[in-house]
Amino acid sequence: MTPTRPSASVPAIVTVAAAAVVVLAGCVPNNPQSSGTDGSGAASGALAVTSDDTTCEISAAEATSGTLTFDVANSGTKVTEFYLMAADGLRIVGEVENIAPGASRTLTVTVQPGDYQTVCKPGMIGAGVGRADFTVSGERVELTGEDAELKQEAIDLYAAFVKDQVAQLLPETEAFVDLYVAGDDEAARADFPLVRAYYERIEPVAEALGDLDPRIDYREVDAVAEGLDWTGFHRIEKDLWEPAPGALNSDGETDAFDGWTPSTPEERAELGRLLVADVTELYDFVHSDDFTTFLSDQGVDWISNGAIGLLDEVATGKITGEEDWWSGTDLYDFAANVEGSKMAFSLVEDLASRKGAEGEELVGQINDGYAALEEALAEHGSLTTGFVAYSELTDADKKQLSDLINALAEPLSKLTTTVLE
Amino acid sequence: MTSTDPGPDRGPAGPSTPRRGISRRGVLGLSAAGAAALLGGAAVGRATAGIGPAGLGPLGGSGAGHAAPTTAYPFEGAHQAGITTPVQDHLHFAAFDLSSRATRDDVVELLQDWTYAASRLTQGLDVSATGALDGPESAPPDDTGEALDLPASGLTVTIGLGPTLFEVDGEDRFGIAARRPAALAPLPPFLGDALSTEWSHGDLCLQACADDPQVAVHAIRNLARIAFGRAHVRWSQMGFGRTSKTSAAQATPRNLFGFKDGTDNILGTEEDRLAEHVWVAPGSATAGAGDAADWLAGGSYLVSRKIEMLLEPWDRTGLGEQERVFGRDKRVGAPLSGGDEFTAPVFGDGRIDIASHVHLAHPTNNAGATMLRRGYNYVDGTNPLGRLDAGLFFLAYVNDPDTFVQVQRSLSTDLLNEYIRHIGSAIFAVPPGIEPGGWIGETLFA
Repeated sequence: MTPTRPSASVPAIVTVAAAAVVVLAGCVPNNPQSSGTDGSGAASGALAVTSDDTTCEISAAEATSGTLTFDVANSGTKVTEFYLMAADGLRIVGEVENIAPGASRTLTVTVQPGDYQTVCKPGMIGAGVGRADFTVSGERVELTGEDAELKQEAIDLYAAFVKDQVAQLLPETEAFVDLYVAGDDEAARADFPLVRAYYERIEPVAEALGDLDPRIDYREVDAVAEGLDWTGFHRIEKDLWEPAPGALNSDGETDAFDGWTPSTPEERAELGRLLVADVTELYDFVHSDDFTTFLSDQGVDWISNGAIGLLDEVATGKITGEEDWWSGTDLYDFAANVEGSKMAFSLVEDLASRKGAEGEELVGQINDGYAALEEALAEHGSLTTGFVAYSELTDADKKQLSDLINALAEPLSKLTTTVLE
Repeated sequence: MTSTDPGPDRGPAGPSTPRRGISRRGVLGLSAAGAAALLGGAAVGRATAGIGPAGLGPLGGSGAGHAAPTTAYPFEGAHQAGITTPVQDHLHFAAFDLSSRATRDDVVELLQDWTYAASRLTQGLDVSATGALDGPESAPPDDTGEALDLPASGLTVTIGLGPTLFEVDGEDRFGIAARRPAALAPLPPFLGDALSTEWSHGDLCLQACADDPQVAVHAIRNLARIAFGRAHVRWSQMGFGRTSKTSAAQATPRNLFGFKDGTDNILGTEEDRLAEHVWVAPGSATAGAGDAADWLAGGSYLVSRKIEMLLEPWDRTGLGEQERVFGRDKRVGAPLSGGDEFTAPVFGDGRIDIASHVHLAHPTNNAGATMLRRGYNYVDGTNPLGRLDAGLFFLAYVNDPDTFVQVQRSLSTDLLNEYIRHIGSAIFAVPPGIEPGGWIGETLFA
């Protein structure tokens, strides 16, 4: 995760304004014609965005804090989306979607000072095109909206985050599967932990979807215990990191070759096809109205509980090295879980800090906790430069990480009740 | 929760407080139960709360030196509880290290939060006013709940401060390095030590003793949870079957070798011996005099040694040899020089081997060196060799750690050494007790 954290110190709550513009009291959109109201020369009115199939041009790379309006015109051939993201490239500050070729839509969003990125996503899939830095200067804007509005915004933004992650997961999975099926194991091994990061960031969503997570992410011991056909990432992992003769499975007693043989090319093709089909099903679901309904039904506490749930994933699976038994890439999952947790927290952070001094103190403790955990994790690598294998962690390393998880999870466990207060 | 909160602290430790642990504001209104207990002996516990001070003596009125389950020892007093308190049956001991990010304020607030929580737990109350059941549905309860329906069970919580709290590699961590008594330093190496850092040292320690192990575990679990973010558990130890006594009414217990050891321990009623050997005196060399007052006066030093016992070889040793090793008779614990358990041993006539444990450890052969011992047996399951992973978790309170050093050096030729291995070592300064409204450690950080 990037060390600059505008998301932590300068949280931005937004209005997602494709169909409906939520007007926050006290935040009136600036006159689209005005520019540089604070004399800085930065744009603070309407910004023009032009998206085609390969570019995403924006009329200014800077703006003044306040309510910004992005008029997004699609000059390409595919349905496109526009995102304003925090500098970490994960957290979505505002997005507008379903912009048909030739059409225009508007994103209106209240933006706090900080560093951001803009990106378009023609075809609604992949990492997007024309990713560019976007800087917002000026004073912090006081939010005066009602809790109910902020809660709905948090839900909308979480939905957007999940869609963004899954939209990247699907093409990455397809590319990974191609390598695996073609027998290019070295390249597939390099891809494996990076592809999984998109999944691990949104694990609570996938786990809420019945049998999808078992098909995508079950370990061999889990599938055996539940009598399921073993498919998904971990089945492929075992082919890519073929166990040495006599190696034991993650239960510590079953021979690695008991009930398992390396997949034939035909089996690889089938396992690859199944994984892509399952991830496609996930993609379809999170891009459907059912998903929006699901999240709205769950409410904002599902998001704050998701933040702690992801840390529990780390505390119970990753820190013990049981998740990626054959590849030893647990720290990648660890980092992605923490990123997903922090993302969820950031969406309800303002709701908590509005609850008086105690809310502010709680938010401070949680931010400190993430910072300390990220710092300790960075000693072992990063998602971009790679992490050391789990086996290289000493017991002292693991205890340090475990202590930091405890330190973060304890205040985080009080987030939901504070948000709902 | 079956208890009625007797304290005036209901407000400050409110249900939805998102503070770490328990609000330090709660400390200022320490429970009335504690204050009452100071006057009237034991207060009453969780299961019978609401009746008021029960007038039970510290022994709870039951026979055989065994406290009644409802016994609640006062948390406040001139000295911390858990030292001269009649030794309870079970122990959960935990050593903590502070977070590398912890500040002086964090340490002070942690000690205040621990004081407040311990003052409640020892009276049989939940860790906070809303406790296990009375908080909001959407929040994890303040109290973990496994001690619901259980009485105070004689719980004591004793707080200690390790040398590394003051200074690490020359770094004055919290502005108290100058107040570290010279005597508060890691123990020197001893012949035969097989120490592991896994069972050694710590910035802070908590000794929780109770007659119900679940009550002791509940205390450590909840106090550790309060510390998360500021301090984390470095190591901990469960103990059972107290191996010493601090009350004349208690029988001398046996260690896992089957022997009565520590017959001549200092009792809680022996004020003169306590003053001479246990309590740090104002103005003494070990009282923490530095740039300010004697902050440790009225406190003590705690030495912990985890001593592994090699039970299988011992069990294959003949009875006569076992008795020669200890220098005592196994049946009643009498010295091999004759008499009964409480007869003073006679040395020098050959009946007691000069390399026996009682000879080498006895005060008369150590310039009068005497410790208040408070150890427990432990069994941590089975080791990888399939042997019982067991031994003695030795705890001793002294007013000068050099007392332990002298005795331990004398024991370098102990016949017992063939059957034991010291695998853990730690030392802590145990601050004096507090008055209602105070907090443990206040004299150091004042």
